Amino acid sequence: MANYSTNEFRSGLKVMFEKEPCSILENEFVKPGKGQAFSRVKLRNLKTGRVLEKTFKSGESLEAADVMDTDMQYLYNDGDFWYFMEPQTFEQHQADEKAVGEASQWLREQDVCVVTLYNGAPLSVTPPNHVDLEILETDPGLRGDTATGGTKPAILSTGAVIKVPLFLEQNEVVRVDTRTGEYLGRAKD
Amino acid sequence: MEGEWRAAIDRPTLEYRAHVMQTMRTFLSSRGVLEVDVPALGRHAVTDPHIDSIATGDFSSEGFLQSSPEFYMKRLLASGSGDIFSLGKAFRAGETGPRHNVEFTLLEWYRVDWDEHQLMAELADLVTHLWPEVGSLTLSYGEAFEQHVQINPHTASLTQLRLAAVAQGAERWHDASRANCLDVLFNLCVEPLLPRGLVFLYDYPACQAGLSQLYQNREGQQVSRRFEVYLNNLELANGYFELTDAVEQRRRFDDDLAARIASDKPPVAQDERLLQALEAGLPSCAGVALGVDRLIMQLLEIPTIDLTMPFNWARR
Repeated sequence: MANYSTNEFRSGLKVMFEKEPCSILENEFVKPGKGQAFSRVKLRNLKTGRVLEKTFKSGESLEAADVMDTDMQYLYNDGDFWYFMEPQTFEQHQADEKAVGEASQWLREQDVCVVTLYNGAPLSVTPPNHVDLEILETDPGLRGDTATGGTKPAILSTGAVIKVPLFLEQNEVVRVDTRTGEYLGRAKD
Repeated sequence: MEGEWRAAIDRPTLEYRAHVMQTMRTFLSSRGVLEVDVPALGRHAVTDPHIDSIATGDFSSEGFLQSSPEFYMKRLLASGSGDIFSLGKAFRAGETGPRHNVEFTLLEWYRVDWDEHQLMAELADLVTHLWPEVGSLTLSYGEAFEQHVQINPHTASLTQLRLAAVAQGAERWHDASRANCLDVLFNLCVEPLLPRGLVFLYDYPACQAGLSQLYQNREGQQVSRRFEVYLNNLELANGYFELTDAVEQRRRFDDDLAARIASDKPPVAQDERLLQALEAGLPSCAGVALGVDRLIMQLLEIPTIDLTMPFNWARR
């Protein structure tokens, strides 16, 4: 793979750091009036999600990471693996629990996700920001209660548990923000 | 992009910029410091291994855009000019960022028979003219460093400094030089915690002397008579009780060149005319260089340097 020097570090660049694939979040050029320049860099470890703050001498380089974000359709889960398909090539990829992680609770068959491939294998899965999911189980709805702002827990078809307003019923389809787990409203259609 | 022909700053900012430069000229002239304009396109590049000069032209217009007016001003001082200042452009290749622009405006002045502490007081007066309520704190580099890093920068071993730098997230600093370790620790641990207002730090480590004289401080440590000025945590100015010894000056040039070779930088020729000026006799003096754009940044609370000048590096 290619190497990137500190002056090529940009937000979003994928590099290897301590043998782990990382994404550069920020790169700040620091240069004392009398002294060597250096770069203060924020990196996110793409495996653990942890953010690191490191300082590199100007001109140091890091190896590029073979990391690619690809849109894929989620197919199914066989109990051990989650299967995704590239829509153009129909190529299928299996992702393990580590790669899918928290995303599993938002995955609905046929939905298009971003699968991050590292050396060709799924490293992480990012669900769509908004998903429409059916309520499997919740307390009976309090008809007409749209004003008090109270909430109750609801179990969704994917197993996710979110808070919904009191007036919602079982089998209704709701829209959820997968980044926060927040209820956004009833699904439009 | 649309509108990129336009100046990056509005009329009030232009007026403030003009006001700052006018204030500088009036302040120094009224104190008997003579304005001089020296070549921006000089014969030599500075030897400093951390400053890259911009080379120009072919044999007919060959030279380097000057990274500071220092050498010409010292030749003037040795020619008998007396106290002088220069308000002009300086150039440093590759330096762009929120606090750097390749071409920038520098106010540099020299006071004959003054020491660095007198010059620090004058700089405080100048900034107070522009910002009357500004607070000011003066302490030694060693005090500031020890307070925040809990290490004595003058007596600590190189290993100790390297370990401290690595512990602060400095990657591949295990073989860094003493000066590099001090710089990174200072930047990460001290600079962000300096109080607002003006902070004067004097008695810099001997390994970061630049072109200042060395001496033994009261604790018997060898330190340099260099000072730095910070304004609201931003490096604003650098000054020296100037080195006047031609032999020592030549040694520092040689050290710079060795450092350049060690880091695969192009060697540069030593400025023989500066050395001749020192041999002829540079009067005892103190000098300081102040970043005008950075001063405007802090006075107007502008977050990045490119919005202090009409045509920054991206818009030129």
